Amino acid sequence: MINTLFSGDRPQSRILAAILILIGLALAFAPFLFPGTKPLDTAARICIFIVLVASYDLLLGYTGIVSFAHTMFFGIGAYGVAIALSVMGPGFSAIGVGVVAGTLVSAVLALAIGLFSLRVKAIFFAMVTLAVASAFAVLVSQMSGFTGGEDGLTYRIPRELTPAFRLADFRLFDVRLDGRLLAYYLVFFCALALFLAMLRIVNSPFGTTLKAVRDNAFRAEAIGYRVIWYRTTATVLSAAMASLAGALLAIWIRYTGPATTLSMEIMIDILLMVVIGGMGTMYGAVIGATLFILAQTYLQNLMGAAEQATEALPLVSVLLAPERWLLWLGVLFILSVYFFPDGVVGRLRRRG
Amino acid sequence: MSETAIRPKLVGPTPLERVRRAAPLLLAPVMALAGLAAIGDPSVWLTLTVAGLAMGLMIFIMASGLTVVFGLMDVINFGHGAFVSVGAFVGFTVLAWLAGWTQSPAVILNLAAVFLAILASMAITGALGLAFERVIVKPVYGHHLKQILVTMGGLIVAQQLIHVVWGPDAIHVARPQSLQGSFIFGEAAIEKYRVFAVGIGLVLFLAMRHVLRATRLGLLVRAGVENGEMVEALGYRIRRLFLLVFMAGSALAGLGGVMWGLYQETITAHMGSEIMVLVFVVVIIGGLGSIEGCFIGALLVGLLANYMAFLAPKIALVSTIALMVGVLMWRPQGLYPVVKAK
Amino acid sequence: MADMLLRLAGVHTHIGPYHILQDVTLDVPRGGVAVLLGRNGAGKSTTLRTIMGLWRASAGEILFDGKAIHSLATPEIARSGIAYVPENMGVFSDLTVAENMRLAAVDGPFDARRLAWIKELFPPIATFWDKTAGTLSGGQKQMLSVARAIIEPRRLILIDEPSKGLAPAIIASMTSALRELKETDTTILLVEQNFAMASALGDTVSVMDDGRIVHAGDMRALAADAGLQEQLMGLSLEEHQ
Repeated sequence: MINTLFSGDRPQSRILAAILILIGLALAFAPFLFPGTKPLDTAARICIFIVLVASYDLLLGYTGIVSFAHTMFFGIGAYGVAIALSVMGPGFSAIGVGVVAGTLVSAVLALAIGLFSLRVKAIFFAMVTLAVASAFAVLVSQMSGFTGGEDGLTYRIPRELTPAFRLADFRLFDVRLDGRLLAYYLVFFCALALFLAMLRIVNSPFGTTLKAVRDNAFRAEAIGYRVIWYRTTATVLSAAMASLAGALLAIWIRYTGPATTLSMEIMIDILLMVVIGGMGTMYGAVIGATLFILAQTYLQNLMGAAEQATEALPLVSVLLAPERWLLWLGVLFILSVYFFPDGVVGRLRRRG
Repeated sequence: MSETAIRPKLVGPTPLERVRRAAPLLLAPVMALAGLAAIGDPSVWLTLTVAGLAMGLMIFIMASGLTVVFGLMDVINFGHGAFVSVGAFVGFTVLAWLAGWTQSPAVILNLAAVFLAILASMAITGALGLAFERVIVKPVYGHHLKQILVTMGGLIVAQQLIHVVWGPDAIHVARPQSLQGSFIFGEAAIEKYRVFAVGIGLVLFLAMRHVLRATRLGLLVRAGVENGEMVEALGYRIRRLFLLVFMAGSALAGLGGVMWGLYQETITAHMGSEIMVLVFVVVIIGGLGSIEGCFIGALLVGLLANYMAFLAPKIALVSTIALMVGVLMWRPQGLYPVVKAK
Repeated sequence: MADMLLRLAGVHTHIGPYHILQDVTLDVPRGGVAVLLGRNGAGKSTTLRTIMGLWRASAGEILFDGKAIHSLATPEIARSGIAYVPENMGVFSDLTVAENMRLAAVDGPFDARRLAWIKELFPPIATFWDKTAGTLSGGQKQMLSVARAIIEPRRLILIDEPSKGLAPAIIASMTSALRELKETDTTILLVEQNFAMASALGDTVSVMDDGRIVHAGDMRALAADAGLQEQLMGLSLEEHQ
């Protein structure tokens, strides 16, 4: 039964399995294990980014395509829900409309970009997506009537998902059963379902063919696979998944703006998460996203302490400043690409 | 034997092929005329055209290194923007040191300050290019995916190091006295700095053209773009040539950074990665590896961006993307696809 | 054995997952023309590319004038005195004929007498001196490619199928030019499928099949022995006869 759920793709390493179970349990019981607003917010972000990063890995790790437009699709999903909620008012039907519209727009756009630029080299695709995504971000911030411009959109979500909604009057393990809890579990279970769906995709015959195309496009073509079709389909699937992740984010933070969805910074974060976690394994997304977001939230405190401890050494101190955490991640990223391109997961699997 | 049987015969390009080859050259003038038709007012048009040429030439300076590096070794550097940023910061630091010169009314002191700033930033970014090529790019030759990732990583690190050295905030520096203000032609006001930028850009373009056409080094670069293996088989170390080109490209990016910084009068660590979007658009339009294509693409993008900024400011950047899409529909490999003999 | 300028001993070459050269042993005597025959895909071009260092030999030795060159980089191999005329001719089509020649003269300015001799050998080089090489015909490009290889004296020239795709008249003039080249003290390793050209020029011959040398001997003996030709060339040359 578990085997079916995970599509037969086992972690293949006891340590990895232990870590994954730990992360899974921690996320599943986060509201009870780590009470407080900030930890819950961190847990929800981890869930959302696991989906986002896994959907990017579908492209980068499984298909060998580098796209810089992933945040564009993430943003489209978020804006779909945001705009629907702003226009139609808080309600589940608005969310539904927003999710469907956002996913469709993403899929169509991905199809267009894919058909247009996947015929040529991988580099071409990377450059074209970079250009299109930046233009899109600028466009969104300028169409302020529709998207709220730089300020973004703040909107209300259905009352059932807000702290004001009481599920029950008693407390469970000292945790209030309110709409926020409900919202968290909505995010958690959607993320889980999407992740398992992607696991299913990469372990299907389609996924196997993708890997064959990635490893040797020429041979795959010679055997009779239509490489462009596989690549484009992967691009579309990945875009749709990113869009759904965006929709979850929009519901969770009740705000959608360029900085939280479309920015190049987020694109770079995604890249870091995929590579550090491990390209070409869905579990890498889980590890990468969890590590990264924990680091983003908590490592900076640690670095702040280190900065103060090394105050006597000016240069060291500057390098350890909390704002410089991206510097170290960048270095780690480069080293990962050189020395362990299959990331943490690959490392753990090789140890058995 | 039958020596006479060799009838010298030149299989030249057919007239149609010649038109195909020359057609892109007409694009920039056509764009300028279309701009005139759309804008109407000739003096506004003149202002915008000079602005467009200045912008185009600055982008060309930044993009040329990228495209030649790709043509020669099939290496794409997504971290190229880092050199633009570093160049700008180094240049501005030098200009700040020379504040006495830049604020002097003497044109010669102003220009000397700018040239020193340019020289310093080119030296530093050239050296940085050397380090970047050795440390970041060299281990991943021939592997595009890793190249994209690793050079992107290099960009992140470089941007962070700029923060470490120069602090996290944007820096403002005024242009030297004599490069402020505008020339007035009838009703058209043309910023002096833009004329200066056009001048520098043209001089550089002509110099680059001369190097590529008339020097042994330039011939080697062009030969290497077409068939690097044969260049090696003749006895030249293409790796060394490539390193040289990489450094030159980095230095040019640094120069472009100084010029762009003076144009905007504000610099940030991210300016390089922002301008890279236009650089990529230009390189794609021109055809990866083609320097002529890059030049034409840069002019087109510069002109279009400035015309659209006047006509429909909200879609200025989108219009350059549309231009790219249009060119790719016409020629899927860009205006001047580089033919590889392999 | 006679004085060998180039020796390959037990050379293996892998290209990706494919094992192309399998234990190739080949001798090129100084001052003559050694011909390498064999059908398409037998490994002839790979042999030349391996000598040039364009593919790495995964095992075995390549000795040029007694010195091991198999671990040198291509530019060093070229500078040690080997010129290469590849199958696709490797002409820089964006450059003029003159510029192609200029790059081939690695050591500096042209030797005027040598250039005059080359222009006499290949008249189109003179005629189209300032034309873009990409506009030349196939035969002219082939001449340019050979001209480039001999613009400076080299001890060994590797030529990959100079007759490929050329009209008979041009093959004839190419043959006579190579024969004239042979008169100078240049050694040539010639890969060829055209038996007429091969037998007109060759002193020694090796026949390859499936990445191995299947015959090595005297060219005249092979040319005279119809039975042996049949046996070996059944493999390779019928389509050219």
